[in-house]
Amino acid sequence: MPRTLRFREALREAMIEEMERDARVFLMGEEVGHYQGAYKVSEGMLEKFGAKRVIDTPIAEAGFAGVGIGAAMVGLRPIVEFMTWNFSAVAFDQILNHAAKLRQMSGGQLECPVVFRGPNASARQVGSQHSHAMEHFYAHVPGLKVVAPAFPADAKGLLKTAVRDDNPVLVMESETLYAVKGDVPEGDGVVPLGSAQIVRPGKDVTVVAYSRMTHVALDAAAVLEKEGISAEVVDLRSLRPLDEGTLVASVERTHRMVVVHEGWPYGGVGAEIVDRVQRLAFDALDSPILRVTTLDVPMPYSANLEEACIPQTGRVVEAVRRVTSRGRA
Amino acid sequence: MTAETTLGLSPQGATDVSAAPSPSLELEHLAKLYREMLLIRRVEEESARGYAQGKIGGFLHLYIGQEAVAVGALAALRPDDYVMTTYRDHGIAIAKGMPPGVLLAELYGKATGCSKGLGGSMHMFDKEHHMLGGYGIVGSHIPLAAGVAFASKYREDGRVTLCFFGEGAVSIGAFHEGVSLAALWKLPIVFICENNEYAMGTPLSRSMSVEDVSLKALGYGMDRDRFFADDVLEVEHRIGEAVKRAREQSTPTLVEVRTYRFRGHSMSDPAKYRTPAELEEHKSRDPLHRARARLTAQGFGDAKIDAIDRSVEAEIADAVKFAETSPEPGVGVLEETTYSGPFAY
Repeated sequence: MPRTLRFREALREAMIEEMERDARVFLMGEEVGHYQGAYKVSEGMLEKFGAKRVIDTPIAEAGFAGVGIGAAMVGLRPIVEFMTWNFSAVAFDQILNHAAKLRQMSGGQLECPVVFRGPNASARQVGSQHSHAMEHFYAHVPGLKVVAPAFPADAKGLLKTAVRDDNPVLVMESETLYAVKGDVPEGDGVVPLGSAQIVRPGKDVTVVAYSRMTHVALDAAAVLEKEGISAEVVDLRSLRPLDEGTLVASVERTHRMVVVHEGWPYGGVGAEIVDRVQRLAFDALDSPILRVTTLDVPMPYSANLEEACIPQTGRVVEAVRRVTSRGRA
Repeated sequence: MTAETTLGLSPQGATDVSAAPSPSLELEHLAKLYREMLLIRRVEEESARGYAQGKIGGFLHLYIGQEAVAVGALAALRPDDYVMTTYRDHGIAIAKGMPPGVLLAELYGKATGCSKGLGGSMHMFDKEHHMLGGYGIVGSHIPLAAGVAFASKYREDGRVTLCFFGEGAVSIGAFHEGVSLAALWKLPIVFICENNEYAMGTPLSRSMSVEDVSLKALGYGMDRDRFFADDVLEVEHRIGEAVKRAREQSTPTLVEVRTYRFRGHSMSDPAKYRTPAELEEHKSRDPLHRARARLTAQGFGDAKIDAIDRSVEAEIADAVKFAETSPEPGVGVLEETTYSGPFAY
């Protein structure tokens, strides 16, 4: 029997179940304990597990990210929460130089089963320093795995899989999704990494998205349906590893593709997808693949400007019209 | 020792040895430490030779002159205690038990190296001996070491972590974040600053407003110590006190060990920023020669000392041969060492 949970509740359930299952798992981060989580994801966990396993940290991202990595390299399985992924920039050295490379530098002697998680990309009018889509930076790095769920069931299932993975896994959440409700299966409900999901079947175009942009893509698909365009929406769920099999199979049916993500267009996950699909399914394509991304500027504060920068339903609809020859490609 | 009083540098002789072992046992122990220091020095000389011959690439930072720090400090540990350090990591790896041949093979980029030739000089890892690596970003491993100590406290495994770094690391943020968390959470760790007076080519006087590194401990409410590393037994004793605190009380200590590297920062550095007289003054206090002289003076016996020297030469010859004759790694190693399990692409 599935239950309806909010996104934050699904994440919390994943952490609680994994901590009950495995004494090596603990949660560490700013305000995760007494404050009950900056976004209430860890609400009640301090009371449930105590201060040994739900650990409030000072504002020292490089420090506590490093502590998590160090604890992981000798066998614990830490979940390290960044209050937002924006703040991971000051811990980037720890993630890039240690988490991603311990196994390689040690010739395979060491593993680093650490999970980093927190809200990513834009929230609402939080300005240029708090709106980064950090997944593009991290997915670039061999040695890391990156996931970005859009629905509560995937949030729970991917986080549980991340905790059990022997590699560093980065879970990109969204402040704007924490209150979103969805069905979550009873029981373990683990979701494998590297597995995309078709969340709306269609035959005219494949729209690829992840995290909050999956919801934008679904809204666009509903608009397009009224215009007689059948859009298939693929929710990537996992950015590295990337499920190119599902992408290729979809575009071989639809022959057109639009990729939607937050974050800038230069390089990044969208560019990676375009490269792979044009290489692997060149003969299937009837149109260039288009990307709908955040505009190539720092995020502005003003609500109208922010809306103009972040991919909206209308921009996705327009891109689909262009690749389906209802507009100019 | 209290954190309130300023510590002077006490080079040697300040130790209460009323509980010391019998002279013969102590001499045997000193002979063992002398052998380890000599082994490190000879490994480093062979490394320099291999580098000059083009058999070793990349960066090479030699430990010559600092041997008493690694050997003395690690003598104070249990075998299952953890150690992490910077890129000047050869001496600490050897002192923790890594066979010289495995180390040299890593420098030669061979498949038989500790990290299968993937790490090189700056990344010596030996999980079996709990040597958790050398790290190439200054100070960046200090939070990691706090995490290793955190795991020991979490599991109550009774282990202590030693974290080595140079005085150049004291100016970077990761040092302060790692030390701060270790003090806040009372972690069983000893932070050992190997102060060799130069951060690459920049002397203490031009890199720190306060040259006494150990004073940084005061702001974090940590115990501290500060001394010269001329005498390997003194190093063992003083680090041993900090290790005891870490193991029995789970409190961290910041120890500043004053030492000196006889070579440049790396192989490309002729060290023109210091005078020949300064170098000679430090060489006159060479901890390796000092240990040997003490063995001689206290009647350990020239024949036994010579036997140690010969056994080290034999071990070095075997190690060099092992490194030279080992195979290079195949490209098949690349993917399996990047991820545990299937490659994530």
